[in-house]
Amino acid sequence: MQDIIIVGAGVTGCALARVLSRYEASVKVLDEGADLAEGASKANSGIVHAGYDAVPGTMKARMNVEGARMYPELCRELGVPYRMNGAMVVAFSETDRKTLEELLEQGIRNGVHGLRILEKDEMFALEKQLNPEAVCALYVPESGITSPYEMTFALADHAAVNGVVFQMNTHVRSVKYQEGLWHLETSQGPETCRILVNCSGGDSGRLHGEMGGTREVEIIHRRGQYYLLDRPEVLPFDHTMFQCPTVMGKGVLVAPTVHGNVLLGPTAEDIDDRLNTETTQEGLDRILKACRLTWPGVQVRTAVTNFSGIRAHEKQGDFIIGPVDGAEHAWEAVGMESPGLSAAPAVGEYLGAMLAEAEGLTKKAEWKKPIPLPRPFHEMSTEERREAVEKDPLNGRLICRCEVVTEAEIRAAIRRPVGATTVDGVKRRTRAGMGRCQGGFCSPRVVEILSEELGVPMTDIRKDSPDSWLLCGDIREALKGEARA
Amino acid sequence: MSEILHKQLVIIGGGPAGLAAAIAAWEDGIRNMVVLEREDTAGGILRQCIHNGFGLHRFGEELTGPEYAQRDIDRAAELGIPVQCSTTVLSLSRERQITCISPEFGLQVIEAEAVILAMGCRERPRGALGTPGTRCAGIYTAGTAQKFVNLEGLMPGKRVVILGSGDIGLIMARRMTLQGAKVLACVELMPYSSGLNRNIVQCLQDYDIPLYLSHTVTRIEGRDRLTGVEVSQVGPDRKVIPGTQMHFDCDTLLLSVGLIPENELSRGAGVELSPVTSGAEVDDSFETSIPGIYACGNVLHVHDLVDYVSEESFRAGHAAARRIQGSQRKEDLTVKVRDGSGVRGTVPQILKLRKDSEESVRLMFRPAAVYKNMACVVECGGEVLMRKRAMIFTPGEMAVMDLKPDMVRKINGDLLVRMEEA
Repeated sequence: MQDIIIVGAGVTGCALARVLSRYEASVKVLDEGADLAEGASKANSGIVHAGYDAVPGTMKARMNVEGARMYPELCRELGVPYRMNGAMVVAFSETDRKTLEELLEQGIRNGVHGLRILEKDEMFALEKQLNPEAVCALYVPESGITSPYEMTFALADHAAVNGVVFQMNTHVRSVKYQEGLWHLETSQGPETCRILVNCSGGDSGRLHGEMGGTREVEIIHRRGQYYLLDRPEVLPFDHTMFQCPTVMGKGVLVAPTVHGNVLLGPTAEDIDDRLNTETTQEGLDRILKACRLTWPGVQVRTAVTNFSGIRAHEKQGDFIIGPVDGAEHAWEAVGMESPGLSAAPAVGEYLGAMLAEAEGLTKKAEWKKPIPLPRPFHEMSTEERREAVEKDPLNGRLICRCEVVTEAEIRAAIRRPVGATTVDGVKRRTRAGMGRCQGGFCSPRVVEILSEELGVPMTDIRKDSPDSWLLCGDIREALKGEARA
Repeated sequence: MSEILHKQLVIIGGGPAGLAAAIAAWEDGIRNMVVLEREDTAGGILRQCIHNGFGLHRFGEELTGPEYAQRDIDRAAELGIPVQCSTTVLSLSRERQITCISPEFGLQVIEAEAVILAMGCRERPRGALGTPGTRCAGIYTAGTAQKFVNLEGLMPGKRVVILGSGDIGLIMARRMTLQGAKVLACVELMPYSSGLNRNIVQCLQDYDIPLYLSHTVTRIEGRDRLTGVEVSQVGPDRKVIPGTQMHFDCDTLLLSVGLIPENELSRGAGVELSPVTSGAEVDDSFETSIPGIYACGNVLHVHDLVDYVSEESFRAGHAAARRIQGSQRKEDLTVKVRDGSGVRGTVPQILKLRKDSEESVRLMFRPAAVYKNMACVVECGGEVLMRKRAMIFTPGEMAVMDLKPDMVRKINGDLLVRMEEA
């Protein structure tokens, strides 16, 4: 029995869990995925939007601007990579210019700082690879980039340090409020709690109904496909380069990632299956075609991977954050599509404070500080690396060549408060396997290290979900069997 | 700042290339040297190549990969060559300063009079192909699967489709079959295989595994583990022909779609790389564009046979030793070697020649396509220096043109290597 159960361990659920970990309450976070951030939080553009394109007066506008302002300090505290690289929204026609002027006006009303229109000279001076046919651009100096899954991990780790329990591979099938308690039927058995919070992303529409919400909520699953290119020696663009937004979203972007890769995408296609993260040839072709407008020299020869994420778009178009209408001790953050990542820290604070007050929670005497994500070996200077190897000889054993990840880093990632339990979990926490060889060299070693750390045979290690087996049998076992026979 | 170690020669990589280079340099009298190997034991990728067929040219007998490697490991040990394992080189500078790490020695900085690059190559992964679909478990490069099966004793799957007909893919088709898996098909984008003919026969045909030429995987299915792939035919332009899809229920997709020389360190040092081979541009002593930095083996260009790797690396080792000892002789003439029609990636790209040369020069390249009853020609200023006919030239097998000393002495300008009607 818990005081609070949060359904959904994406960036929103984890931001809320961290805030609630300040209070005297037992908190458990359930997620159907094998790891944190398995839904939209792992597969998005990684942009901390400044907040110019949300309609003024909406929750999206407010949470975006407030959340984005929290990022620099929060990332410093949690050790999450973040860079305020600035963005441009590029116009390719005079009609586009009108759109930019509207966005500028809207951004100012939303409280975004430093917005202005760049004319050709300034625009091309800043970005030399930009299509010469570009007309002008809206300059957004406050726009930033981060690592969405690392943000989620760091938030969850801090919550876990303060007692929050995370339980993965747990799908909430149904919920019922009875005699003052919430009773949950999950794929891992029953759970009960006093207060239930719905942060379940793509599944949040269904759960809202299960909880007895009277407000009509309809989640549209909007898939966005991406190409991720290898880290180039010189980034083609330093700013996040948007095109003019459309009814389907912010349009296609060309952006550096906080790790120095180049991201192209996303598409926007409404699909029925909230878990169908397949990429398609048409989608990939469309990205390339659209990106060519921004970057005529674009090539996908150096693609490391292609992937897709699914945004939970609520039909009315805004975030729904607060108590669930028509239900008791029930709370929700629903429709958390873009700018959900940018907004998450603010949503956590806003919803957490509202919930704590209404539910009469009291603050703990002590809220433990976070254990910041460690500084990657990859980013260290030679002297720092020398010290790191002296401190822990396992830093002298390089496992991932492409991304320069050491054995010590992989073991540390498995031992984090909410540590990696899968190959993908190691990949997202350390970048081992994220590089150009895609884990060709390091994945056998990662499987071996996971097996040692978790104390299970290598055949029990999974890529991500329980059914994503990697190895189906031990040849030596079979031989032993024959020897006995 | 801690001390900097000084070495006459540092060899990066303790696979067949690095070991052969080290042995050659040692035999020439170089003593202050070290071979840096990132794995815990030397031998490189041969350690996991437990099939036979290695060493026919060099030893006149068929060895397994580990046996072939062991001969060089034993020889190096016998000579007393220091091979420092579990050591990864992090960077190499133009001034031949190497930074490396290992659990035992920590971070080391080494300055070398000469460096031999022998890092080998890596496999092209799925992302580089841009194949759409899900990102489920069960997709491995053939070499990763080989490592699991042969070094860890673990099976990566039961029902297998192989994309690409490179040698490792073909070898793994047989290996997985022998281990009880069902290999459903080998699918190759090109109208010919990029593997050795003997591997097509011994690894596919002998086990009735169909080879689909001019086909590719167009969709990857399965949310958790791979459940199937869609395979389509491609036209001469390598574009998918709509409506030709076949479906295979499989839990494993092995990729054998090309090898890429691993030149991150070389690039960091500013070594000029060839866009064709993805390896360094070298002269006939295997020296790169940076004086004192040499390259040999699969980091230079992807070979078909390890025997050629060893041969090439001996030459590189001797050349590095001559440089260190100051016995390099000045060339009289520098010429370029260019790829002509039907020829891709001739190595070396540059020849530094002396008028009185008594040495032969070996040119190696990959035919650009399959050529039957054609001849390969090396010409200089329109004059044919050497002509070699063959029943078949294929991209899967390296073509070797050995220019004898008398031919070498005739060279008075750039060379062109090309295919022509026999």
